[in-house]
Amino acid sequence: MTELLSKEVKAEIDRWLKKYPEDQKRSALLPALRFTQEANDNWLSEDLVKAVAEYLDQPHIAAFEVATFYHMYNLKPVGRYQLNVCGSISCKLCDCKGIVDHLKQKLDINVGDTTKDGKFTLKEVGCLAACVNAPMMQINKDYHENLTPERVDSILETLE
Amino acid sequence: MANDVCFRTMHLDDPASLKTYESLGGYKMWRKILKEKTPPAEIIDTLKTSALRGRGGAGFPVGLKWSFIRRDLPGQKYIICNSDEGEPGTCKDRLILRYNPHSVIEGMAIGGYVMNATVGYNYLRGEFTEPYEVMEKALVEAYAAGYLGKEVFGSDVDFDLYNHLGAGAYICGEETALMESLEGKKGFPRFKPPFPANFGVYGKPSNVNNTESYASVPLILEKGGDWFLELGKPNNGGVRVYSVSGHVNKPGNYELPLGTPFKDLLEIAGGVRNGHKLKAVIPGGTSMPILPADIIMETDMDFDSVQKAGSLLGTAAVVVMDETTCMVDALLNITGFYSEESCGQCTPCREGSGWVERLLHKIEHGQGTPEDLANLERVANNIAGRTICALGESVAWPVGSFIKHFREEFEYHVKHKKCMVAGA
Repeated sequence: MTELLSKEVKAEIDRWLKKYPEDQKRSALLPALRFTQEANDNWLSEDLVKAVAEYLDQPHIAAFEVATFYHMYNLKPVGRYQLNVCGSISCKLCDCKGIVDHLKQKLDINVGDTTKDGKFTLKEVGCLAACVNAPMMQINKDYHENLTPERVDSILETLE
Repeated sequence: MANDVCFRTMHLDDPASLKTYESLGGYKMWRKILKEKTPPAEIIDTLKTSALRGRGGAGFPVGLKWSFIRRDLPGQKYIICNSDEGEPGTCKDRLILRYNPHSVIEGMAIGGYVMNATVGYNYLRGEFTEPYEVMEKALVEAYAAGYLGKEVFGSDVDFDLYNHLGAGAYICGEETALMESLEGKKGFPRFKPPFPANFGVYGKPSNVNNTESYASVPLILEKGGDWFLELGKPNNGGVRVYSVSGHVNKPGNYELPLGTPFKDLLEIAGGVRNGHKLKAVIPGGTSMPILPADIIMETDMDFDSVQKAGSLLGTAAVVVMDETTCMVDALLNITGFYSEESCGQCTPCREGSGWVERLLHKIEHGQGTPEDLANLERVANNIAGRTICALGESVAWPVGSFIKHFREEFEYHVKHKKCMVAGA
């Protein structure tokens, strides 16, 4: 099944494999799943998880264990932009609920859902380690801190 | 003395660059150690004198930890940096990685020399894309300048360093879960013993320290163990990055001496917002017991003083709550996090954290009974001490301390089906 992985993804996995002892290919599982997901509109199909396992000479179950354990892997399609609003204590004390409510209303979706046009997925996540600039959210790879509803609006406007 | 150790590049242009780091004397110690072949025991002694205690939360003496690895035993050994920062309230390592990456690299390289480990891994949490890119750039610079690689500066010392990325799991901040994750597995903590110094990543002797701990090492060696010790207090050497968040006017990361009185720290952070009254503070990340205002206002922020006051300094994440905070709601938030992040390996934690969260949800939403409150305490007590790792305590300690100090709020919720705090 490794033909499901693009040349670029394989090259990236190969680059990571150099970081670990030769007999420890399994160490590249987390990053390999990450790059595979990034190259597939940010989600992993069962076949892709199997492909990663095969590429690293691991049993399928090893990759499924990882793919289902860690929060960052999406096992279902998601929006082009994942709005991950931090809901942990410091953000809570600084009214992250106001940010979540604003996004729910603006995008007309609930937490966990994706907008009909496939653009946004809204999630509430655990602490992202930006607590002194609460409330905050991560959009795909980028952190956005010291949020207000107005700032959220202007950030969303910049997203194609 | 503020922002002068791990944060010493912060106020300069291009803080993360090699040039900036070298302009402050960076890598001077690494060169000196390699040139003079400083006896490893001497470096360990300096660290012991400095009373540098682990900055990741447990506060274990770094020098002592470095002495646990038998450097003369044959075979591969590993230096691991725990940059899996995720304890709610804590956000200091992210800054060190972004603004002073070379101090982490130099600290790890020195660790490699001391423990005769030729390979290091810096494990960053998966969400830290930007810090990862900064660290990668720093590695390229460090290799190009000859600070890393084989036979560094013509010595017989090899040290290769790699950045690794997690994928979103709080538990991987626990050092044995981190090593499992680095091996490409689920982040299930391991039984200890064996300890990492004997059986670490890939079953090899490994030393795990926090980002801030490694970043502190070069300057301690440059200026001396006594210098660092005297910045802080006996047994609590040096400075610490306090992440002050929540209901303060100027939330921020402040690198200040250990032993700084809390009331001074609060003032530096601009005081309680909107002129409100201080209600309570979690002094070391949310897994640590909460302290009410009257106790914390009399407490100095060092390991021993905070412990004496009834909590622990942990990650020095100082979460400030003002009088408008509902303690039931806050505890529900905290335990909800640990319930979500429990790895599921140990039954008391996996099931207990869920029970705690559900009972608190009932109480918070006006459906709680006196039995629920009793069960809440009972379940939490039954988790503590019955799990492989400390995540069990991360549920039990907040529950125990919140109820101990704010029992009347929980009882009010049960009795009146609503919150006693106006506006909460």
